[in-house]
Amino acid sequence: MTIGHTLLGLLESGPRHGYDLKRAFDERFGHDRPLHYGQVYSTMSRLLKNGLVEVDGIEPGGGPERKRYAITDAGVTDVAGWLATPEKPEPYLQSTLYTKVVLALLTGRDAAELLDVQRAEHLRLMRELTRRKQRGDLADQLICDHALFHLEADLRWLELTAARLGKLAAEVRA
Amino acid sequence: MSAAPRSPEPPEPPELSEPPGPAELSEPPGPAPILTATALRKVYAGTPALDGADFAIAAGETVAVMGPSGSGKSTLLHCLAGIVPADAGTVTYAGRDLAALSDGERSALRRREFGFVFQFGQLVPELTCVENVALPLRLTGLGRRDAERAARPWLERLEVDDVTHKRPGEISGGQGQRVAVARALATTPRVVFADEPTGALDSLNGERVMELLTAAAQDSGAAVVLVTHEARVAAYADREVVVRDGRTRSLEPAGR
Repeated sequence: MTIGHTLLGLLESGPRHGYDLKRAFDERFGHDRPLHYGQVYSTMSRLLKNGLVEVDGIEPGGGPERKRYAITDAGVTDVAGWLATPEKPEPYLQSTLYTKVVLALLTGRDAAELLDVQRAEHLRLMRELTRRKQRGDLADQLICDHALFHLEADLRWLELTAARLGKLAAEVRA
Repeated sequence: MSAAPRSPEPPEPPELSEPPGPAELSEPPGPAPILTATALRKVYAGTPALDGADFAIAAGETVAVMGPSGSGKSTLLHCLAGIVPADAGTVTYAGRDLAALSDGERSALRRREFGFVFQFGQLVPELTCVENVALPLRLTGLGRRDAERAARPWLERLEVDDVTHKRPGEISGGQGQRVAVARALATTPRVVFADEPTGALDSLNGERVMELLTAAAQDSGAAVVLVTHEARVAAYADREVVVRDGRTRSLEPAGR
């Protein structure tokens, strides 16, 4: 995720202090990975330098967390442009799992076992996310669903590969 | 979440077999399985559907049975539920060998202690939803009024009390599947067999059915044997057993 664009977007509803921005980010998007204060201030100083935000006021007491930031017109245009640009779909062409399967076959190891163990690990995580989803709010559900659909895609690939192991073995050993 | 509604106690099942033998003493630690299968073999027209399948499930546990099409998942479920006899191997339910029971005793077991959910609901189209849910209770000998009174809380629990008096043809697939789950749970079975219970539903409806099924089963202490080929459905279970070429494989210990 682009932290700069996200912080900019959060500023669109009104000026905020650095600590307030961090809190808003963590609440909505932080989940397992809250922002460090250092990340917030280095990002804000970059946005400031690029003219996307301006300092709207400074509370007495000093320190970077006292600065209040406001988004500029250029910043609003930047957020709009980011939101309107589709994300590049991940092609997933460099798969560690595929590499492991081929190496197992090349070295005469049990590739089926490797796939089974991986499958169990994937399903374990899917169960964990499903529990979390059942306890969580809509935001949690959507985030967990995103992860669950990706894990499911991996699992389907594991199953398909398991079904084609014989053919793959013949090809890599040819 | 409210507690599972209790239906009136159905009449006591007839005595089915001798008390558990010494085999139970050698069970591994953890919750004792309520249903086990050992070395099951079943051949259809010369092709083995099961070829040495093992299975165990404890009360209150949900186990997903997964595997490719034709791997033997449904045959395993049918053998576990005593719907078809295995050619070899044993299925033991609460210490009783299913093969040692008469057909009548096995039918009684399925009516009173097992519940079933299938992919396409299989509700009786001529009956209203509450009559469908009351049906297994009536088969255990309960009168119509008592059976329907006991059925209603299950329709509420499955969030379909608004279709109580509608017929299956008048409700959506998701509602029908919830009614089918209510019907499976209405006799407070000790084991629920669910064969692709969400296979005909969209993601949202399927997930809601799974949430309601697993929560209701857990509250009433029922074990759930869940046959599915969908990983997101299997993720509602406590663990999985994979069936491949008629053999079972589990990378996780039985029991929780």
